[in-house]
Amino acid sequence: MTPQPGAVLRRGSSGHRQSLFGLLPSALPLSGGSVSGLWLLAGFSLLLVMLAGCSGQGDAHSEIRIGSKKFTEGVILGEVLTGLATAQGLEATHKAALGGSRILYNALRRGEIDAYVEYSGTLMHEIFAGESEAAFEEEGVQGARESGSPMLPPILIQRLAADGIRIAGVLGFENNYALGMPRERAHALGIARISDLLDHPRLRLRFGSEFLERADGWPGLAAAYRLPQTDVLGMEHELAYRALATGAADLTDVYTTDAEIAHYDLVPLQDDQGYFRRYQALVLFRLDLPERVPGSLDAFDPLIGHLDAPRMIQMNADVKLGGQTEAEVAAGFLRDRLDLDIAVRAETLWDRLLRTTLEHLVLVGVSLSGAILVAVPLGMLAAYRQRLGQGVLAMVGIAQTIPALALLVFMIPFFGIGAAPAIAALFLYSLLPIVRNTHAGITGLSPPLVESALALGLPTRTRLWRIELPLALPMILAGIKTAAVINVGGATLGALIGAGGYGQPILTGIRLDDLGLILEGAIPAAVLALLTQWGFERIEARLLPRGLQSRDG
Amino acid sequence: MFELRRLTKRYGNRVVLANLDLEFHAGRATALIGPSGCGKSTLLRLLIGLIQPDTGEVLFDGEPLAPERLAPLRQRMGYVIQQGGLFPHLTARDNLGLMPQHLGWSSKRIQARIAELAELTHFPLDGLERYPQELSGGQNQRVALMRALMLDPEVLLLDEPLGALDPMVRFDLQTELREIFQRLQKTVVLVTHDLGEASYLADEILLMRAGQILQRGRLEAMLQAPADAFVARFIRAQRSHSLESNNADPALAQGDQA
Ligand SMILES: Nc1ncnc2c1ncn2[C@@H]1O[C@H](COP(=O)(O)OP(=O)(O)OP(=O)(O)O)[C@@H](O)[C@H]1O
Ligand SMILES: [Mg+2]
Repeated sequence: MTPQPGAVLRRGSSGHRQSLFGLLPSALPLSGGSVSGLWLLAGFSLLLVMLAGCSGQGDAHSEIRIGSKKFTEGVILGEVLTGLATAQGLEATHKAALGGSRILYNALRRGEIDAYVEYSGTLMHEIFAGESEAAFEEEGVQGARESGSPMLPPILIQRLAADGIRIAGVLGFENNYALGMPRERAHALGIARISDLLDHPRLRLRFGSEFLERADGWPGLAAAYRLPQTDVLGMEHELAYRALATGAADLTDVYTTDAEIAHYDLVPLQDDQGYFRRYQALVLFRLDLPERVPGSLDAFDPLIGHLDAPRMIQMNADVKLGGQTEAEVAAGFLRDRLDLDIAVRAETLWDRLLRTTLEHLVLVGVSLSGAILVAVPLGMLAAYRQRLGQGVLAMVGIAQTIPALALLVFMIPFFGIGAAPAIAALFLYSLLPIVRNTHAGITGLSPPLVESALALGLPTRTRLWRIELPLALPMILAGIKTAAVINVGGATLGALIGAGGYGQPILTGIRLDDLGLILEGAIPAAVLALLTQWGFERIEARLLPRGLQSRDG
Repeated sequence: MFELRRLTKRYGNRVVLANLDLEFHAGRATALIGPSGCGKSTLLRLLIGLIQPDTGEVLFDGEPLAPERLAPLRQRMGYVIQQGGLFPHLTARDNLGLMPQHLGWSSKRIQARIAELAELTHFPLDGLERYPQELSGGQNQRVALMRALMLDPEVLLLDEPLGALDPMVRFDLQTELREIFQRLQKTVVLVTHDLGEASYLADEILLMRAGQILQRGRLEAMLQAPADAFVARFIRAQRSHSLESNNADPALAQGDQA
């Protein structure tokens, strides 16, 4: 930037030395229409924040909060647990499809949920990976030798107890890992065992993201068998099946209870070196649950030992291939296996649309309002304090460089799961456009106007509220509009960590290969983005005085 | 009223005003004239304390312009910048009312003062509710002038207040300005590029070049005894396009950028 007379003036003269507190308006100016508009916006934001605060607080005390992992079986089992509790007259909610194993386990440990279904192998080799794995192994193997079936090692139970968690019991089926290949292709290549893969280094391997990274997944498998394949990519587990079906991939990880194994006619490769561990489904709950909700443990009892693998595979198929909802399938199981009758809350399309819309609006509204309240003053600070300003701009800039997905996950340790971390991440994401535009709006003010305001003898505070902010308002509003539109799109990611919103039908749609569901999230999200854009243009037209609107507009 | 003592102003290592000793007397109108870039606007900015000298000082009423006294002192000065400097987001009326409102004037008093000034500058009353971009250039200049006069300041600092106006409007405004200066007995420092305008509006002309004062006095004295060759050339350039002598050397009419 070339030095301009006004830019020099701004620092050389008497102004800009007050604290930001001194800059607050002493009295609202009589004719400062545009600035009082800004206040209106701020007030509205505050209201939204408070509203959200109220609505987020359910009655957490008499209620059992069931969590579930982000895959079909997890959601079905979550529905089953919820149905069991409801059938006992308890109050239960299902926080469905919250994320991967670690997210669920940590949510349980922190008390954000009370129970969920986990697998023994996942606990020992993923959640507690590197802790006392060798001991788990040894005890497990010894137990198996003695009893003929895999046993839960006592050391695992101790480890869980240290986190305030207990096992209610095993369900009666295992869901193990295997590598699956289309039958024809496997025959053609002569592959039946995992060791056979050694002769086919060019195979295209497409794994679910979790398998690709888990200690007991691909890294360990590849090392144990010294597998040579390099064309290895991670993707949504469900999409990997479709890649196999279309011939875009050769091999994927399968869960042995997956309905797709039969549906796509896959052969599980024989684990000839015995690498894969065993994953018994079991119910985990918090130690404080029976105390807080008496009778809650008994509620899970009928399930223990009563769900076998064929039934689980059937249930998965009913959802993924038969088009039933998880709730319907769970109710069916409870009815004919356990003789429990529960009403399936059938959510109509409109109910669901209303719910996801509300959730989405809360995510966007709260995070954006917070961002406006914080970012506008930050931008002003950055504009008036040069050196501090550089720091502020750099910091919000860095927040923006973190991929949205990662930022979302980073928030979990601070805010748990659900709407709160999503709002925090969206808030951080919305800061930059607003801070940057506020800063640019104020530092970019026309030097003659800044000079005029100074020469009139107006004090700093009056200059700020009557001259500089109103003149910067078009820029600030443009920043807010940008943030809002980004925010509406970004909020769809919130569903990955249980925040709901339009992302949820999209994710479920991907999981179930249901285009209708995907559109049910994608279309409203696009419409909302357009509406936001349009709405902000209306606000701009309202807030900007005639004098600041372009002459030919 | 103003006193400049051994004042030097630099931008970087470029000297814009060099070692000036200068006085502006109360109740008198002085016109600053000189080629573009010679330091006229810089001088006005120093007088109202928008920039500080590198060496030397500016005295107002015998006292240095200290930064902490600036805001109240500025209320005793009316300043019109080269580009007018009206705030585009405020109507003409709100531009005028800004400072009095801050000082707590009653709205009745403010409106009365606006009416008074509108009459003085022949500003159409229906223009008061319009925004600067909805007013003509001449009307903008008038509003800027009115804003400078709102608090009835002792000093008027006007940087090309009639620049870029059509000749008729300019003529009208010149007449009005002269009337105002004479009637109100203000201390006036104004910048202009027009020697005739300078002579018509001011008691005294100050001819500058490259940060220095070449000659100070009335136009007649300059015409009779130009201080040096540049002054003579400057005067000749000014007259070259006037009606009586249309045959001057165009090279001379370019002014002097050196
Ligand atoms: N903020 C600044 N930074 C650097 N140089 C400056 C600055 N302001 C003015 N100058 C330089 O100082 C010199 C005097 O500028 P000034 O504005 O006083 O000229 P002027 O006599 O008013 O010219 P004009 O008749 O074109 O308005 C010019 O050469 C200009 O480029
Ligand atoms: Mg100038």
